[in-house]
Amino acid sequence: MSKKTLFLQGNEACVEGALYAGLDFFAGYPITPSTEIAEMLSMRLPKKGGKFIQMEDEIASMCAIIGASLTGHKSMTATSGPGFSLKQEAIGYAVMAEVPCVVVDVQRGGPSTGMPTKVSQGDVMQTRWGTHGDHAIITLTASNHQDLFAITVEAFNLSETYRTPVILLLDEVIAHMREKLVIPEKGEIPLVERLWTSVKEGTDYHPYLPREDGRLPMSDFGGVHRYNVTGLVHDMWGFPSEDPRIAYGLMRHLVDKIEGHVKEMTHVKEYYLDDADVVLISYGSSARSALHLVENRRARGERLGLLELQTLWPFPAEAVRKSCERAEYVIVVEMNMGQVTEEVRKVVHDHETVFLANRIDGTFISPTDIRNILRVVQGKGV
Amino acid sequence: MSVREYLRERFMPHLWCPGCGHGIIMNNLIRAIESLGIKKNDIVMVTGIGCSSRISGYLDFHTLHTLHGRALAFATGVKLARPELKIIVPMGDGDAIAIGGNHFIHAARRNIDITAIIMNNRVYGMTGGQFSPLSGYGTLATTAPYGNIYEAFDTVELARGAGASFVARTTTYHVRSMKEIIEKAIMHKGFSVVEILSQCPTYFGRKNKRGDAVEMLKYLKESTAPIGSERKRKNPALIERGIFVEEDRPEYCAEYEKIVEKAQKG
Repeated sequence: MSKKTLFLQGNEACVEGALYAGLDFFAGYPITPSTEIAEMLSMRLPKKGGKFIQMEDEIASMCAIIGASLTGHKSMTATSGPGFSLKQEAIGYAVMAEVPCVVVDVQRGGPSTGMPTKVSQGDVMQTRWGTHGDHAIITLTASNHQDLFAITVEAFNLSETYRTPVILLLDEVIAHMREKLVIPEKGEIPLVERLWTSVKEGTDYHPYLPREDGRLPMSDFGGVHRYNVTGLVHDMWGFPSEDPRIAYGLMRHLVDKIEGHVKEMTHVKEYYLDDADVVLISYGSSARSALHLVENRRARGERLGLLELQTLWPFPAEAVRKSCERAEYVIVVEMNMGQVTEEVRKVVHDHETVFLANRIDGTFISPTDIRNILRVVQGKGV
Repeated sequence: MSVREYLRERFMPHLWCPGCGHGIIMNNLIRAIESLGIKKNDIVMVTGIGCSSRISGYLDFHTLHTLHGRALAFATGVKLARPELKIIVPMGDGDAIAIGGNHFIHAARRNIDITAIIMNNRVYGMTGGQFSPLSGYGTLATTAPYGNIYEAFDTVELARGAGASFVARTTTYHVRSMKEIIEKAIMHKGFSVVEILSQCPTYFGRKNKRGDAVEMLKYLKESTAPIGSERKRKNPALIERGIFVEEDRPEYCAEYEKIVEKAQKG
């Protein structure tokens, strides 16, 4: 039997991935360029008995998916820059209260209302530090629909494994571009289900007492164990505490459970890196132009390679460092003013070898744009 | 079941000031739930931020202490995901009507089966006595040292206008009717709003020279009257209390179930 093959938008590929992963609760609010995700789910979720709700605003959508996730449902919301800004306080709540959920941010030109229908990758740092306070976060992205499908599933898997919100960072080009998607068979991509507690009813359940491996078994809110969930610093029962030892332990746990598993969370794709003396680093839609340039130049005998990042946070420092070890030049291709470039500079051996190839005018960066910058870097003139 | 069984006694004494009305509300809320015979496991209590929101920590239900103003948004997620649960959302006046005003009117419009209890003490107590949308014109607050120039919302009219299918008002003086009203609100199928006028002797009372808790309770007795009563007719300035709206209207989760049926047929 041939697999189901579709020709669709990135936003639709994201929906297919989310449903494959077991999404059954979505709350959202209309915003360009992510609206198609809400539209599709309003059609698809009721068919499988899942819940779709259009809330009164972006904040409410984020809060609603947290509430739903606590009751044991895989939950998601989708938005774009301005809406993503509004959701930040509640994203911090999900971090603090350790509630699994997936937040899709389809990037558009910013800041503020910016360019709603134009592409940008300006939210990379907002996914990292958008909510207040020290914390760690997971941010994933992809450059084509097949990868987007798989990385959406991975977003749910990581979110359930580590009890944390995962940001799925797309951009307008990926979201609205149409290309082929082959839906994997059931079981082809493994799904992670929530770790439920084995504590029996009537026995003291500690919702915030990590096991030795750092994981916290959950009990469906509204089920057999009554406990407290709060955004305040809390003890192992979930009750507020101002004890410095408890505060310290919680802060370390929240950060370590992510920063201590960078390896497991790192998803990168490597193209022609073995002998590359010019390494391009890119992600999302701009990685398509980067790959095009690399293959074009390879055909002419130039030794270009590409490291495509699918995990942006926690930053895959080791993978970046290793890929850039032999490089004469490292060119970071992104549609912002160097948000990932700076991270690359922090981790490579010689930060002076790192250059930025970008566009910040709402126009999709082309292979020619990258080539022109590369020629300047190499002293060849435009 | 004894009333104490609903309390998380290890957190007593509570953090509310001496004379605060919130304890009276908590007491009557427990008594209402006890007389309805609802199991603790079937109740989810969702709160926001402020003095009022701490009530969730003291009660032995499934308790979700959330963000300032957002309790109803979280509660909506819980309710839609698990419609069989009873959802009770106690909120302060600033929490419910200022920062949470948008969620409040839309929860009412949606007529989702949630009980919203507004513990209205006319002040932001947790932050030390700033004016709220229910303080009223001419009142004093730490952020209105020359007098508040805002009119107060009429919570009952706001809830009614937004589409709540059960709307009531009572006070911390009228404990007997408070319990009955809360019972009816919890059993009502749809969005129910109970505004409870409460006293904050520490901030609102002191700043506005309203006397101690007893004086403030007396004021709640004297400044209110039952809906359509003789007293109200003689003195139109009195604030009415009682049940203003009690209607049977389509409830959101039930309507959503119909959507699921429609989608699955098609």
